[in-house]
This record gives sequence, C-alpha cells and structure tokens, in this order.
Amino acid sequence: MYDGGKIIIGLIIGIGLFLSPFFYNAGSSAKPPDPQLTKKAKEAKVCVEPTRYMRESHFTMLDEWRHTVVREGERYYKAADGKIYYKSLQVTCMNCHSDKTKFCDQCHNYMDVSPYCWDCHIAPEEKK
Amino acid sequence: MNFVLSLVFSSLAVLVVVLIPWIGVGALDLTTLFGVVIPYAALATFIVGIIVRVLNWGRSPVPYRIPTTAGQMWSFPWIKSNPIDNPKGAGGVVVRMLFEVLTFRSLFRNTRLEYRRVEGVPRINYEWEKWLWLAAILFHYSFLVIFLRHFRFFMDPVPGFVTLLQNLDGFMQMGAAPFNGFGLPGVYITDMLLMAAATWLLLRRILYSQLRYLSLPADYFPLMLILSLGFSGMLMRYLFRVDIVKVKELVIGLFKFHPVVPDGIGVLFFIHLFILCVLIAYFPFSKLMHLGWHLFKPHKEPLQQQPLCPACESLELPR
Repeated sequence: MYDGGKIIIGLIIGIGLFLSPFFYNAGSSAKPPDPQLTKKAKEAKVCVEPTRYMRESHFTMLDEWRHTVVREGERYYKAADGKIYYKSLQVTCMNCHSDKTKFCDQCHNYMDVSPYCWDCHIAPEEKK
Repeated sequence: MNFVLSLVFSSLAVLVVVLIPWIGVGALDLTTLFGVVIPYAALATFIVGIIVRVLNWGRSPVPYRIPTTAGQMWSFPWIKSNPIDNPKGAGGVVVRMLFEVLTFRSLFRNTRLEYRRVEGVPRINYEWEKWLWLAAILFHYSFLVIFLRHFRFFMDPVPGFVTLLQNLDGFMQMGAAPFNGFGLPGVYITDMLLMAAATWLLLRRILYSQLRYLSLPADYFPLMLILSLGFSGMLMRYLFRVDIVKVKELVIGLFKFHPVVPDGIGVLFFIHLFILCVLIAYFPFSKLMHLGWHLFKPHKEPLQQQPLCPACESLELPR
C-alpha cells in the first residue's frame, strides 16, 4: 500500500470521530430525566392540554400566550376541553409546577435547552 | 438516462424511502425495527463500507502520478514556482490540502463555458461562476454545524461546544414564521442555509444544459435525500413536534448498546431517522465518498512528489 501509514492513521481518526458518541456515553450514567410532579399537580391530574401535547409543544403555547397577552391583551385561554385558563406562567403554570429544579430543569438540562423565561420572570423561591 | 427520467427515478426512490418508515411505524408499529435494527445495520454498513473503500483505494497501484495542479512546478531555482499550488515538500502539501479541505479552493476556480452572440458574431466565453463554490461551502459548513448540534441528542451530559454552537446558530432568537404559534423554538440559521444551498445545488443540475447532460440519478438521489432529511428535520422542529426527550433516550440507548424504544415518539422522527439510515448506508457506495478522496488525489494533492518521468533522472533533467 502506498503511504499506508498515513491512510490508516487518517482512517482511524475519521472513524473515531464518527464513533465518538459511543466512547463518550460509555462512561456516563445517562439517566433519563425524571420530572417530579408536585402534590398539587398530581391532585389536579390534568394540565392545560393533554400530556403529550404539553411534552412536545408547551413552549409554543407559552409563546402564544406571551404574544396574545402582551400585544392583544387577551388574558384568558380556552383549552380544547372548554376549560378557561388565565394566561400566566407564574400564576397558572407555576401554581402546580412550582418546583422548577425538579420539574422544568429536569428535561431542559437533559436536552441542553436554556429557555429565556427567567430573563424576565422571577423564578419562584423553592422550599428546601 | 434521460434527465427527466433521472429526476423521476430519483424522486420516486426518495418517496419510497419516506413511505417505508411511514407505513412501517405509522401503520404497523415496527418501532424496534426502525428504531434499533435498521440504525445499527446502517451504521455498520457506513463504517465497514468506508474502511473497505479507503483500503481498496490505498491498495490500488498508482504507477504514474501525473500532477495536474494549477501552479508552476519547481524546476530550476531561477524559474519561479508556486509552492502551494504545486508543492514540492510535505509542508506545501499540508497547506494546499488545508486550503482545499477548509475553503474548497478548486471549486473557487470554477468557470462556466458560455456561448453567446456579440453583435451577430458567435463567441465562446469563460464566465465568472462562484455560485457553485458559494453553495457548496454554505452547504458543507451548515451540514457540519447541524451534525454537531445533533450531539445534544447523542451525548449525555451535553458537551459545551454543542451549547456554544446552538447559541451562535440561533442567535437571531427569531421564530420560524411571523405568526402566533411559530415564535418558538427559535430558528437556526444553518437550517435555512443548508436547505437554500442544497436546493441551488439541485437546481443548477436542472437549469444549466451542460450539467443536465452530465447528471445522473446518482447525482440527484443524494441531493434529494439530503433535502428530504433537512425538510423532515425542520418539520419536526418547527411544525409537527415529536417528544425529543424520548428521542434522546432512544439515541443514548443505541450508543450505550442498551437499546430501548420509548412509546409515543412521533412517526416523523422515524421518517427522519430512516432517511438518515439510507443516506449513511448508501454513503460508501456513492459519490458521497468524496469525504475520503482528498487523501487519494495524487494528481491534485501529491502527498509525495514523484519524478515526472523515471527516465528524466538518468538524463539529469529537472524533476
């Protein structure tokens, strides 16, 4: 093989880079996130919309709320089941999901998402 | 193959690639097959295929290297040579290859032959043509950034460079469309650039008559596959979302050889994944192997300059 050494070194580096997630994850525990519901949330049983929608798209709803509240002054949201909710992150969402570190941050950290909610809103104080 | 036929053939092939997981997961619920078995098989094909292909190239004899580089080769000290374009030593080769790999220098030299009439007289001109270079470099760097951004699904905990890339890429903090409900998640610049550049790379093969003549399904198919990969990914981010926490559980499971397929991942994810599997399984057999060509272009990248003709040595002529 001509320049065999160089080719094989190049090949090992290239393939190694492609396989890096295998090596990286081998050492880590990689526990899936475990968002905890508070007692209040458990008692309420239902969120504003079905769980699946909330897991996939809660931020779309929050963004929609933000726009309609700030720009159009509409403060009430009619859910698919007909229930009316007051559009507010701190008053409505955080009323049940009051435990930010055990709820919001669980998945956000796992997925490396840093929502800018808390640039303006004040994160609730948590009882330790 | 006629170009309309090539286009139809490639589009149909991509359509089949999209339909297989759509039916397989959407109707038949074969999540283990599409979430575990096929990804492993595709990755194995990708890795083994690349190794075999590269070793094969390495073993092929190159009896007579003919450098066809653009610059003046070194001959006599009093003839000015171009040490980067036509390198003499290893240093020049490294510089040349860095330019080539990182800035696509040979594409920058691209010109386009144009036939036109100037005042009734036929003329052939070599026209300025940087669009290929521009689209290619945008496409490749966007693809790299998008690939590296995906490491937030591949690695736990997420490494810092991924966070940095995400922040830089999404720094516009702008929604996908100026309507309510499209404000989040924020748009990534590379998503748009990749789609625009790949669309141009496909369009130029259709619009320019010379390229239309040269293009084959092997040219259209990978481009369409990548376009549909990007399109499905963007759909998943901006419109029909899937549960990405479960997606990451699946992906990390694959990388830890503990595959688990959580319930309730949308079918769109499996379509995206299957397109990717087809792309990487097809990779070693296709023109996409240009990934590994740079080490094997003796005429362009002379890793080791050979004498132009062995006989010249005995004649004591310049090499």
